[in-house]
Formats: sequence, structure tokens, C-alpha cells
Amino acid sequence: MEWETVIGLEIHAQLATRSKIFSGAPTAYGAEPNTQACAVDLGLPGVLPVLNGEAVRMAVKFGLAIGGTIAARSIFSRKNYFYPDLPKGYQISQYDLPVVSRGHLNILVDGEEKTIGITRAHLEEDAGKSLHEDFHGLTGIDLNRAGTPLLEIVSEPDLRSAQEAVAYMKKIHALVRYLRICDGNMQEGSFRCDANVSVRRMEQNEFGTRAEIKNLNSFRFVERAINFEVERQIALLEAGGRVVQETRLYDADKGETRSMRSKEEANDYRYFPDPDLLPLEIGPAFVDEVRGQLPELPDAKKERFKAQYGLGEYDAAVLTATRETADYYEAVVGAAGCDPKLCANWIMGDLSAALNRAGVEIDQTPVTAERLAGLLQRIADSTISGKIAKQVFEAMWEKGATADALIEQQGLKQITDGGEIATIIDQIIAANPEQVSQYRAGKERLFGFFVGQAMKATRGKANPQQLNALLKQKL
Amino acid sequence: MSLTTKDVDKIAWLARLAIDQSHVTAYTRDLSGILDFVEQMNAVSTAHVTPMAHPTDQPQRLRPDIVTEFDQRQLFQACAPLVDAGLYLVPKVLE
Repeated sequence: MEWETVIGLEIHAQLATRSKIFSGAPTAYGAEPNTQACAVDLGLPGVLPVLNGEAVRMAVKFGLAIGGTIAARSIFSRKNYFYPDLPKGYQISQYDLPVVSRGHLNILVDGEEKTIGITRAHLEEDAGKSLHEDFHGLTGIDLNRAGTPLLEIVSEPDLRSAQEAVAYMKKIHALVRYLRICDGNMQEGSFRCDANVSVRRMEQNEFGTRAEIKNLNSFRFVERAINFEVERQIALLEAGGRVVQETRLYDADKGETRSMRSKEEANDYRYFPDPDLLPLEIGPAFVDEVRGQLPELPDAKKERFKAQYGLGEYDAAVLTATRETADYYEAVVGAAGCDPKLCANWIMGDLSAALNRAGVEIDQTPVTAERLAGLLQRIADSTISGKIAKQVFEAMWEKGATADALIEQQGLKQITDGGEIATIIDQIIAANPEQVSQYRAGKERLFGFFVGQAMKATRGKANPQQLNALLKQKL
Repeated sequence: MSLTTKDVDKIAWLARLAIDQSHVTAYTRDLSGILDFVEQMNAVSTAHVTPMAHPTDQPQRLRPDIVTEFDQRQLFQACAPLVDAGLYLVPKVLE
């Protein structure tokens, strides 16, 4: 039986404001428990929420970046449920009139571009954190996170595989970081997602019953959880069973999803407009002002990189995947003034490998853009070969020195003196008469042997082009 | 519109209210009465009326993104029944 997977994602992005969405308490991550939870966040009697204008500005920024509609008037509603990390007994969210609706973005999977619809993006407050261990049968509650602004981004059920879901999530991740509205830190929970997954027979028009997988906080988990869930649902249906609409939790250790809330406990949120908050009105002047602050977006930057630097689709996509990488690349090209393709190769090759090994992001690289440019200049002007440059790069990473200082210090300067190379070749020819006669008798692959001997004698410093030319001549 | 005793039980459960089973019939009758009263408004034609989100016909005022609240944990936790290591302790939930 052929099955089609249907996925919709709900992404929660914590907005990078200094203060909370409805109170003046700070939002910084990692503070001592409950030191950043004020009377409003605790839901003490008599407090009133006041909306943070910056959170609204950030939501509008996102809405414009996905070509969405910005609501001239939107409403905050109460979503009622009981849980200890939600002290008011309701979450302030948006229901029937969200701030952003009907946007879209394009993803690229297996070389094919696909447009994914974004149903809505709405503002809401985050809940606190429950700690279930170490309290002798009690649960510890930290309300520092309570009231942190969230933008919930809801996609259409347009995604057809785990791979597409991950591509979409990565695209949103890059976008919110480009816009500087979310730090995107998934380990700290600043960017997380719920996945609605269902399957249907290929010829079927209506959607199958879906399960919602909660709180996926890494791209890998999204992929694994969806794949597991799809397999589970297909096996269930093929065995003649039925999929139950429910919330499931992904267990990363076991690599499986399991039921979280049973059907009779299904939530009934009883949304209604929050009487403590007036309607949010966003005028055209405000929207225009925000539009004027939009940075160059990832897709536009990618096209510019292709046109301006002559890069291919793949290189341009990798280099514009994050704003930091794109800025680094442009700083290197600007400072080195050499072939943009050479700069791209080094960033995507040696630099990115070193970053991965060390587990650091490009904005914390010990080899700054200026220093990498300095190294590339020495390749471009033939001071060192590409091979020696790799050695110099490793040393730059370890020691934090400039390329010029290391080349000087370790005597790595390429030998470009024709006379010196010729002398070395003469010595090699004299020392290997047998190989020389074999080569001259037509065994041409011995050429590599002579190159190797010369490189060994010069510790890799002979200029390869000159060496090749002179060897041919002398043999 | 009239509620059943089952509806009343469900609403009480959602609101985490423990109600005396001997009062359920009375609640059912009273809550149905409130709904019947509201129901009368459905007779009014509202097709051309913009729904009102708030009785005050004004837009929400926005606050600048400035931190104005500082740590008062000690004060707030003074009235909490149980705290440990800066956390509020509550009866175990989930798992």
C-alpha cells in the first residue's frame, strides 16, 4: 500500500526582547530560579498586563518577511488550563484574530523548490518550568520563563516528509536569526516545535487523523520523531487499526513517541478575549516603519551572492544559511581582494571543519575574517601553496597568530626561485638513474615519483607549477 | 439551551473545582438558566455589528521594552507554603 505523509509544524520562537511580554521583568536566560518572576508573572491578585511594544514590532517584522498579512486589529485571548507552571490558570495568547496571517516561504529539498504556506503567527506568553526530580515527591516550579514573549508560527499541512519538515524548520530558524528577533538557541529552548503528523492513502483526498508530537528541540529529533510516528501510524492502519487524535511525547533516549494525554483528558481550553487587554491596533505608518528596518533576507542575499561573486547555487546557499556566515564571507572577500570562489572554498572547507571539530559557531572563531583573508592573500600571490596553507591554517587556529607571522617563523615560504628548484631537480636526477632511464623509456607515471622526491626535499615548499615545468624540461 | 449533569461535572473538572454531588442538580438548573438568559440575545440581528472585544472602545497602549522589575523573590516566597532552593514546591504532577 502506498502512503502519503502529511505534516504541519507549530514553531515557538522566543522573542529576543529585554523584558517580558506583559511585565517589566527581565528575560535573560540562566538566572537563579524565580529571581526574574515579578508579581505579574506570578499571577498575583490585582496585577494587570501591559503589552511590550518591541514584541509587537518583532512579530510584524516576521510577518513582513514571510509576505504575510499584518492584522490592523488583533485580539489577545485567554487559553485556560491548569498546570503549576502557569500560575494564572490561563495563558495569554491569540486565537481568532492573530497579528500575522497567510504568509509563505520556499524550501529546497533534493534540488526542488517548494512553497510552504504559513497559516498564522501569533503572540503569546511562555509558561514557567517544572522540575520533577530531587524534591522528595514534590515538583519544583521556576517561573523565570513565565511571560517570556513567544511567536507561535503555524504552517499549513503542506509538508510531505520529515526531510521537508526539517528544511522548513531550518528556513524559519535562519529567518528569525536574520531578523534578530530570536537567538535561535535550541538547547536553551528559545526555538522549539510541535509536529502534527498524519498519513493517508495516496488516492485519498481527505487528511488522516493526526497525532501531535510535543516539544521537539532539535532538527535531528524532529526528523526522527516524525519518521517514527509515520511508521507507527502506517503499521497501525495496515493492521486494520485506527489512529487516535492525541498528544504524543518524543523520547529521545528510546527514539520513539508515546501517548501523553489520553482522549478523555483532552484539553478544552475555553478561549475567550482577555478583558485585561484592549485590542491591538497596528497602523500603516508603523508597518512601513518596520518594513524600512528589514535587513536583506536569506533568499535575496543568496541571489546577490550568486550574481556578485559568481558562486553556484550550493555555495551561495551554504554561505547565506546564517547571517553570521554571510557577514564573515563578505568580510573575507573584502579584506583578501582575491578570488571569491577561493574564499568560499576555505570557509566551507577548512574553517567549517575546524568549527565543527571545536563545536563553536562562526562568530566565535579564533581565525578572524581579516586573518583568513591574510592567509588567502599568501596563496593568491604564490608565497605558499594550497597544501602548506592548510598547515598554516591549523597553526593559526591553535596559536591565534597571523599567517604572515607563522610563514616567517616556520620558514614555510614557497620556493619560487627557479635556480634553487633546478638544483634540487638535478640532485634527484643524479640520485635516481634507474627511475630516470625507465621514465625516458616511456614509463610516464614515474613523473609523480620525481614530484614526490622534490617535495620531500623542499618539505613541500617548492612552487608546484614551477616544479612541474622544470621537471618536464630536465627529464 | 440546557446543560446535563455530565456537562456540569466536566466544567467542574476543567476548572479543578470539587463540587458536592448533591448540588449537581441545582448547578445544572442554575447554569442552564443563565444560558437561557444569554440565549435571548441570539434573537437580535447582529449581522451588521462589528464584534466588540472590549467595552472600552480604545486600542491597547504599548509599553517600551525596558526592565523595570527587579528581584523580589524573598518577598514573594514569604507567602508560599513550601519553597526549596529558590523553587516553589507543589504536589507532584505528571509521570
